[in-house]
Amino acid sequence: MTNSPFTPGIAPARLDPAALDANFSDLHPPLDDHEALVAADRCYFCHDAPCITACPTSIDIPLFIRQIATGTPEAAAKTIFDQNILGGMCARVCPTETLCEEACVREAAEGKPVEIGRLQRYATDTLMEAGLHPYTRAPATGKKVAVVGAGPAGLACAHRLAMHGHDVTIFEAKPKGGGLNEYGIAYYKTVGGFAGAEVDWLMKIGGITMETGKALGPDLTLESLRDGFDAVFLGMGLQGVNALRANGETREGVEDAVEFIEDLRQTGDLGLLPVGRNVVVIGGGMTAIDAAVQSKLLGAETVTILYRRGRDAMPASTYEQDLAASRGVRFVFNAMPVEILGNGAVTGVRVEYTRSEGKSLTGTGETFDIPADQVLKAIGQTLEGAPEALQLAGGKIAVTGAGRTSVAGVWAGGDCASGGEDLTVTAVAEGRDAAEDIHASLMD
Amino acid sequence: MADLSTNFLGIKSPNPFWLASAPPTDKEYNVVRAFKAGWGGVVWKTLGEEGPPIVNVNGPRYGAIWGADRRLLGLNNIELITDRPLEVNLREIKQVKRDWPDRAMIVSIMVPCEEQAWKAILPHVEETGADGIELNFGCPHGMSERGMGSAVGQVPEYIEMVTRWCKQNTRMPVIVKLTPNITDIRYPARAAKKGGADAVSLINTISSITSVNLDDFSPEPSIDGKGSHGGYCGPAVKPIALNMVAEIARDPETAGLPISGIGGVTTWRDAAEFLSLGAGTVQVCTAAMTYGFKIVEEMKSGLSQYLDEKGITLDELIGRAVPNVTDWQYLNLNYVTKARIDQDACIKCGRCYAACEDTSHQAISMSPDRVFEVIDEECVACNLCVNVCPVEDCITMERLPAGTTDLRTGKTVSDDYANWTTHPNNPAAVKAAE
Repeated sequence: MTNSPFTPGIAPARLDPAALDANFSDLHPPLDDHEALVAADRCYFCHDAPCITACPTSIDIPLFIRQIATGTPEAAAKTIFDQNILGGMCARVCPTETLCEEACVREAAEGKPVEIGRLQRYATDTLMEAGLHPYTRAPATGKKVAVVGAGPAGLACAHRLAMHGHDVTIFEAKPKGGGLNEYGIAYYKTVGGFAGAEVDWLMKIGGITMETGKALGPDLTLESLRDGFDAVFLGMGLQGVNALRANGETREGVEDAVEFIEDLRQTGDLGLLPVGRNVVVIGGGMTAIDAAVQSKLLGAETVTILYRRGRDAMPASTYEQDLAASRGVRFVFNAMPVEILGNGAVTGVRVEYTRSEGKSLTGTGETFDIPADQVLKAIGQTLEGAPEALQLAGGKIAVTGAGRTSVAGVWAGGDCASGGEDLTVTAVAEGRDAAEDIHASLMD
Repeated sequence: MADLSTNFLGIKSPNPFWLASAPPTDKEYNVVRAFKAGWGGVVWKTLGEEGPPIVNVNGPRYGAIWGADRRLLGLNNIELITDRPLEVNLREIKQVKRDWPDRAMIVSIMVPCEEQAWKAILPHVEETGADGIELNFGCPHGMSERGMGSAVGQVPEYIEMVTRWCKQNTRMPVIVKLTPNITDIRYPARAAKKGGADAVSLINTISSITSVNLDDFSPEPSIDGKGSHGGYCGPAVKPIALNMVAEIARDPETAGLPISGIGGVTTWRDAAEFLSLGAGTVQVCTAAMTYGFKIVEEMKSGLSQYLDEKGITLDELIGRAVPNVTDWQYLNLNYVTKARIDQDACIKCGRCYAACEDTSHQAISMSPDRVFEVIDEECVACNLCVNVCPVEDCITMERLPAGTTDLRTGKTVSDDYANWTTHPNNPAAVKAAE
């Protein structure tokens, strides 16, 4: 190994393989049996529990924890999957600190919630590692449903529809199913090929066919889907990336953070992934955090997150911010890029401080430069290529009720649809609820 | 620091914390460790008559139940009396008493229900210099099937008879250890007193099966797939023991009979409760077996601090709660309380609501934003909400002052004392004096 964190420019193998393995190991190692019992003991089995209300998929958390505490994690897993068929992934990637665990009464009591996320993983891992799929299909209905996108929304929708006896075809643009679970989430949150294994496990229900390499477009139109299927569910996520609108955005070394993360997730060898000596990540969401932390873990010497507003306004949770800070990521708040510096390749970012006045943000005129070999843009994704027939709301597919679009027989859910936070767990809830609505309308 | 030194039947010990007759007091090594740790006295593990040593099982002797975080709440055992030769025990008792003259040394004895057997062993024990003897009429397993232990303790006439034999054959104070495996503890206590006992100690262990193995369907502890009832002890039995101690302390026939309290004493607080109900010393076993001998430090410092804070002596604590133990019929029916929820302390778990709504009086309301409030019109003050609330002092019972209206009954609260014996609904009501 010749490279180090101090190697100039963008270079692979800044750390040795052992260090990379350690850096990208499980962020939260699974609980062992003893730890799970101790953690489960802390649940108060609240009435109409606040954690259930806080969960977008309304998992009966006190019940599943009681099932763990009494030595039946398989039953606990069933309780979870009944509400959230991607409960295994959600146990890993949910921002529990802003959902169930924030609502936990022991957070109020002692500032230390029950470890719901890790307990959920304990239960779901137990069942999935045993290779058990606890659902069977209802008698065939003869109805066919098309699902566009094999991300969390599409998979949840497809599974629920298949369970009700419908035949489902999923059209997925990428080579693998899983959506952001497979391509867009930090490596250390879902190690060991879990995303792919989860898709395989989910498909065990039967009645679901996945056709990869197929996206909505000239070859696969909404009209043709409506003609060929009894119902259509759109869950294709957000493919577009917002532009920086700063001079020099096209310089070599400027990259979309989602692409950087996708490369990282799909690589067979972390040592082959190039990363800058000095990395600047622009944005304030989970993608920014995931890109920044992983840059640092790959061996970047300095990583800076540039966010145009204050810490309080940052979409990434305090927990995520602390995680990044603990890995050595620096935050610069109330600052926006005004120019990507360099001559061909990036050499730095010129930054201007900002001032918030109500909702509007203006530059203060004071600027400074941050050296950078690599700039990762994480300033939000947008919907691209939505069929024209569909009404949009706020740049997303407008939906009412359980994901009904403006076009009859077409439902939508997940990040591409209006409403709800752009979270895996929200997408699962939307996909599931749309499936129930589709089922009800098909069987009417 | 309050003085914790104790004089029980003339037996002096630096504190009232004794180790009960059990595995921790089976041999010199353990007892010396206990004395070094600060225990005030021990009741040496029960000696049997001379002859071939007792045989124990060679599989598990203990079973347990646990609370949250595997906190041991109840322990049961199928161990028998000492399985070491009598002469070895006697030699060690003598040595330890000689080395630790300021500590109480009581010797527990269990021999067949024949006068000759007791006559034979008593001189040997006396010769050790021990301070007293404790008659084991309590052990519910193994020995009872051979006509000893609780087989004696369940028949008041036998208790009286054996106690009398002992009193006639030794100068040592005689403590009779009672079994709780009877219907009314007062009868064996009265029998002990009649036989001349200097004191009673209670409770011995409660016949129990701690659990059943759901794979091989053996009771636990399992010996080759079979189980036998054992003797139950530990924190879980404390309420049973407290009641039995109190029953003896307030029974006119046994009032004043010294009591050594046993049963789930785990902290200084437990000990203080036993003392307040009339125990002159307490005996500890399960807590020591769970945490080791060092717990006596907390017991001593805690009891001492408590006495200082209350400004009372140990003697003043002993029996202090006994006058307040009464029969249900004498409880004041004009004492009206209502549950009160401290909204600042409430963590909104809703357990009070579930308990009241599902299983009690529908006296707690729940708002959409999870504010829980007591409905005075329905609250009978049962205390269940207090008991299930995970936050201490979040829900309390507050007395309605005289003159206010109890919204449940519509009656004005009176500060007069009135009980069931004079209640109009009681067909046997005694008419109040004109």
